[in-house]
Amino acid sequence: MGFFRSRKSSAQDAKERLQLVLVHDRTNLPPGALEALKDDLLAAISKYVEIEAQAVHISIERQGRSQRLVADIPLRPRGQRATD
Amino acid sequence: MSAQVVTITSGKGGVGKTTAVANIATALAAAGQKVVCIDADIGLRNLDVVMGLENRIVYDLVDIVEGRCRLRQAMIRDRHFQDLYLIPAAQTRDKTAVSPGDMVDLCNELRPEFDWILIDSPAGIERGFRNAIAPADRILLVTNPEVSAVRDADRVIGILEAEEKGSPRLIINRLKPSLVRQNEMLSPEDVLDLLAVPLLGIVPEDEAILIATNRGTPVVLNEKSRAGRAFRNIALRLMGKEVKDEDWDTPESFWSRFWPLKGRK
Repeated sequence: MGFFRSRKSSAQDAKERLQLVLVHDRTNLPPGALEALKDDLLAAISKYVEIEAQAVHISIERQGRSQRLVADIPLRPRGQRATD
Repeated sequence: MSAQVVTITSGKGGVGKTTAVANIATALAAAGQKVVCIDADIGLRNLDVVMGLENRIVYDLVDIVEGRCRLRQAMIRDRHFQDLYLIPAAQTRDKTAVSPGDMVDLCNELRPEFDWILIDSPAGIERGFRNAIAPADRILLVTNPEVSAVRDADRVIGILEAEEKGSPRLIINRLKPSLVRQNEMLSPEDVLDLLAVPLLGIVPEDEAILIATNRGTPVVLNEKSRAGRAFRNIALRLMGKEVKDEDWDTPESFWSRFWPLKGRK
């Protein structure tokens, strides 16, 4: 039983799983499509500025019954060399 | 008199919709209201057995819509209350026999004679559900604190918003307070946070429901049942009264945490 005890509670698990699944259900945007959207978004932005690709964070956030796409895209300073 | 049309729906089947309709209707009738229930689950009739009226059915919803009987002939009077009636679903027909427009017409004909028209929606989001919500002034959404029921409830809320029916009011049914305390069941707070619609009431899991359904006597008639008390409170809230659920089984006020939500429409 020690194995189970170390896990978080099943209610917490249920809530976290539901938070994710409801966001995708409500936006009709399955997780795979969100990944494709991220790739396209980064490709579009990269045409204009250099971005820190590894530090990009794009997610869907939930506020009550509405969702918003939140993108945190750090830009690389001019003249700095890519490190990745 | 012009009745309020209240549709009870859930998305997922088996969460206790029909039980909720029978109990809320009976509690409203016990509070002196004139009530008619319509079972809109064509092909899977069940409200009749839950209310204990299955032996009295002659005509049904489809007979009314297709003109084989007058409205009055299909209305079955309840065994306990003079002013409570049931219009049963057809058992042999498919759900396309009735249209959303038929439901609107039927409710308009019933409105002058009643305080409340309660419609038991079928599970799912297909034609039968569309029929059930078409005439609704208010919608009650029944769910269980369980992942698939909450997910389906969220889909229904989305459809109701898209149809501009407004936010439904939520009934969280079959809550097990002991499991919530062990963090092994979603709490009412969790469910409300996920679905973000106003709460109408919380009904605890109660064996008295099964026993009452066996007998065809809604559990609200059982003074000792916790679920019965919860359904009576829900009926009173529908009537616009502010009632607090009792603290069923915790020393600290477990339930009072949820009542900042009371009175929200």
